[in-house]
Amino acid sequence: MLKIENLHATAGGKEILKGVSLTVNAGEVHAIMGPNGSGKSTLAQVIAGHPGFEVTQGSIVYDGENLLDLQPEERAQHGVFLAFQYPVEIPGVTNAYFLRSAYNEIRKARGEQQVDPMEFLDVMEQKLKLVDMDPDMLHRSVNAGFSGGEKKRNEILQMAVLEPKLAILDETDSGLDIDALRVVAGGVNALKKPTNATIVVTHYQRLLNYIVPDKVHVLAHGKIVKSGGKELALELEARGYDWVLEAA
Amino acid sequence: MSAALAKYAEAFAAAEAAPGSPAWLAELRKAAHAEFNSIGFPTTRNENWHYTSVTPIAERTFRPLKGAQSSAAIGGLIERAVGDASWARAVFLNGQFEPSHSSLASLGRGVRVSTLTAALAEQPDFVSAHLGKLAAWNAQAFTAFNTAFVQDGLVVRVARGVKAEMPLHVLHLVDKQAAGCMIHPRLLVVLEPSAELTVVESYISERGVEYFTNGVGEATLGDGARFYHCKVQRESREAFHVGTLQATQGRDSLFHSFSYASGGALSRTNTYTRLAGQGAEVRLNGLYLIDGAQHADHQTIVEHIAPGCASRELYKGILDGESHGVFNGKVYVEPEAQQTDGKQTNHALLLSPTARVDTKPQLEIFADDVKCTHGATVGRLDDIALFYLKSRGMGADHARAVLTYAFAAEVLETVELDELRDGLEKIAFERFTRA
Ligand SMILES: Nc1ncnc2c1ncn2[C@@H]1O[C@H](COP(=O)(O)OP(=O)(O)OP(=O)(O)O)[C@@H](O)[C@H]1O
Ligand SMILES: [Mg+2]
Repeated sequence: MLKIENLHATAGGKEILKGVSLTVNAGEVHAIMGPNGSGKSTLAQVIAGHPGFEVTQGSIVYDGENLLDLQPEERAQHGVFLAFQYPVEIPGVTNAYFLRSAYNEIRKARGEQQVDPMEFLDVMEQKLKLVDMDPDMLHRSVNAGFSGGEKKRNEILQMAVLEPKLAILDETDSGLDIDALRVVAGGVNALKKPTNATIVVTHYQRLLNYIVPDKVHVLAHGKIVKSGGKELALELEARGYDWVLEAA
Repeated sequence: MSAALAKYAEAFAAAEAAPGSPAWLAELRKAAHAEFNSIGFPTTRNENWHYTSVTPIAERTFRPLKGAQSSAAIGGLIERAVGDASWARAVFLNGQFEPSHSSLASLGRGVRVSTLTAALAEQPDFVSAHLGKLAAWNAQAFTAFNTAFVQDGLVVRVARGVKAEMPLHVLHLVDKQAAGCMIHPRLLVVLEPSAELTVVESYISERGVEYFTNGVGEATLGDGARFYHCKVQRESREAFHVGTLQATQGRDSLFHSFSYASGGALSRTNTYTRLAGQGAEVRLNGLYLIDGAQHADHQTIVEHIAPGCASRELYKGILDGESHGVFNGKVYVEPEAQQTDGKQTNHALLLSPTARVDTKPQLEIFADDVKCTHGATVGRLDDIALFYLKSRGMGADHARAVLTYAFAAEVLETVELDELRDGLEKIAFERFTRA
């Protein structure tokens, strides 16, 4: 489904990704771990099409298409979703309007009927339950004044509404309390299908108890320096990153 | 007297000769006319007009409008106004009162509304006690111009402790008959202690009509009175508009003003208040949406005279094309006005590289125990927010429209009247999403 080869990306003249290669197949869950500043969010954002990064080398093929040729909105319409590490506050736009617009844009791209505000409320009812979110949140501005955990939950709500094929969760577990972590992980698992794939970026093995990965990768200094099964996460938790970096 | 002014001498002589005004009003007009002649149109050397050249107004000769007829256009113009048909309504077409389209009876006991013409006949002492007492016709050229030529307008008086039962909507409509003309409407509001009133003034005109509106309003707020004022200026793109509202506030009174400006080739909105009684509060908000070669200027003056008063100002502008926006907010804190709490905020969003905005906050503080702040930003749409919306599937144009609207929404939210707020939100939303 996703094939990244020798990806190099820069921002502000600085090379951040220095040759990342990664293959994710349909039905798989991949975890990416790694020290702070190693380039995990950069990788996630480059996949989503963030304008602040320039890809200088390498390729990303998604569903047989060259992803780098597509605008961010086209990538979303093709089923790519990034849950932001730092969700953006948009005062003045209600969550309801935002979600419905996104939902309709993606339906339009799939050749499906648009829904009106009333129909959309029905859709939302069930999605809100999935992430255990108060319906009042729909009438508030997107993320504005949300607590850290509420923002993360809102990202998963968006994911639940948009039903992406490839979901990338960038530290969605950071800042969540234990109950919220379970709810969010439950939401992610409920959305999992054999035709979908998930990439979770995390610092904590704990999340991987709930969202069980098929593969775990360590990203360091802009490269994937080690890959393994889910037991690699346990080993990292116990031993830290030094041994991996030394071996690399 | 310069040529720019001399051309109005004849029109003034004609107006002066018209029968019907009481002697005191004739004197007031005459004095105002003399002031107008001696002050002259402001130039950009005048600090109050530094960023706004009124040359396009000064170089034209606008005629007083005479003998205009009621017209078929009026229904369509009324329809375009944002508001609710159930509100009390005073309709002026080309400056002339339209009784058949107006309904003033419903404001309730203790609220007296009449046209200026009627008030001069029915309550001359009241009018003479208030007209020209707040507005600075002896210092401001446009206020003098209005006072010299004032035609009709509205006089509202709310008795002590009375809350008007509904908003009063004043519609200033203009059709083709007013091409080349000047209109000098007047508003006089007197709220006795603890009275409450909402006034919405809508300025709407037929497309393509070039004319000049020069309005003046005066509002006296007694102790504990509440006055909500919204001005919605959506005149033709060829129109010129200057509007000045001067308020004075008694103890613990509250004045909320909102100015929406999207019309006119050149518009200037002055909202001035004097916080004369302890504990008075004022909120001045505004939004202007301009493009093409439009110019929109807002000036506020808040005079903190009494102690313990609060002023809050939030003005926002969205500018496209080669438009030019101006905001000048003056706050004076007199030595007596201890515990003043003043905050002024001004944000502009530039949608094109050729749009321009000039902001000038001016705080002059002569008391020591005060809290006064101001903040201003001029910016473009946030790339990260745009990316966030796009990453959810929204196309670039839609994402830009949504963020632009969101910028406006923060200040539109401050409009208290639900019907007006919803209506303005709809207009703003459609403006940005129509592309
Ligand atoms: N726009 C930018 N300009 C310059 N440097 C940047 C930019 N964006 C990111 N960086 C740098 O790139 C490096 C990688 O950042 P990135 O956010 O991808 O790290 P990360 O692995 O997600 O870290 P964390 O675990 O702390 O979230 C960091 O050193 C960061 O400061
Ligand atoms: Mg990160």
